[in-house]
Amino acid sequence: MEDNNQSGDTLQEIKDIRRIMERSSRFISLSGLSGISAGACALIGAFIGRYILKNYYGTYNSHGFFSGDDFSRLKIKLTGLALVVFAAAFISSFYFTWQKAKKQGLPVWDYTSKRLFWNMLIPLLAGAGFILAMLQYDEWRFVAPACLIFYGLALVNASKYTLTDIRYLGYCEIALGLINMLFIGYGLYFWATGFGVLHIFYGAIMWFKYEKK
Amino acid sequence: MKNPINGLNKIFESRIRLGVMSILVVNEEISFNDLKQMLEVTDGNLATHLVNLEENGFIKVHKGFIGRKTNTTYSLTKPGEKAFTDHIVALENMIKGIK
Repeated sequence: MEDNNQSGDTLQEIKDIRRIMERSSRFISLSGLSGISAGACALIGAFIGRYILKNYYGTYNSHGFFSGDDFSRLKIKLTGLALVVFAAAFISSFYFTWQKAKKQGLPVWDYTSKRLFWNMLIPLLAGAGFILAMLQYDEWRFVAPACLIFYGLALVNASKYTLTDIRYLGYCEIALGLINMLFIGYGLYFWATGFGVLHIFYGAIMWFKYEKK
Repeated sequence: MKNPINGLNKIFESRIRLGVMSILVVNEEISFNDLKQMLEVTDGNLATHLVNLEENGFIKVHKGFIGRKTNTTYSLTKPGEKAFTDHIVALENMIKGIK
């Protein structure tokens, strides 16, 4: 009887150690629903973007000449759209992760999440700078591939600090970005696949794997 | 036969000291405040245990500054790492031995 008790205690002790090691080194509250919501935002954004582009090319063809005014208006519209989509995706995915952390009784902003945030931010900021610089030179063709590649790199880097599964999402985004380089002009479709479809797909897998009861 | 409890370390009988070691094993360097948040303990309580671990040579203390505020961080020493691993192995042996 005593032996049994002791075995239970020891097992519990090892479990505690393991839990603390995991909890202190990785941010584990990342929710699959965050991926799904970010993907949904991206898809809606891509549809609106396609509509704006269609309208633009429609007028371009009917006028039969190139208008600089129209083009700069298009650039402002698309940049604005990108910012709104990013904000919506960020806020909605933050919400679901915050909910999950609350359920687990863990803090959202602690040592692990701070580390995850910074390590994700570094490739993203580098990518943002790179893309803005390209746009400065009116080089818009590589925007979608650059988004995908830098985002993929950010995920691969971040996977050391959270659920390791996001590493595979990162690989897929990088591969998609590189393939997109071979099909310049279809950027929006690749962008919608990478940020929309892959996020939803990945989020659903994560949700089934870790959260479904 | 070797006694499986041999590797067990008295120092790690405290949950908090064991917790500190578990965290330091996977994190190179960590601050007092982060430790406090993860282990959910009070300042005084944590400080006592940290002094104990330091006196036993299991952890290193680095006193630094962020601006004017002191920022104390902790990391594992080689003997500390060994003691912790031995402790885990002993725990595992105990479970195996009893089964």
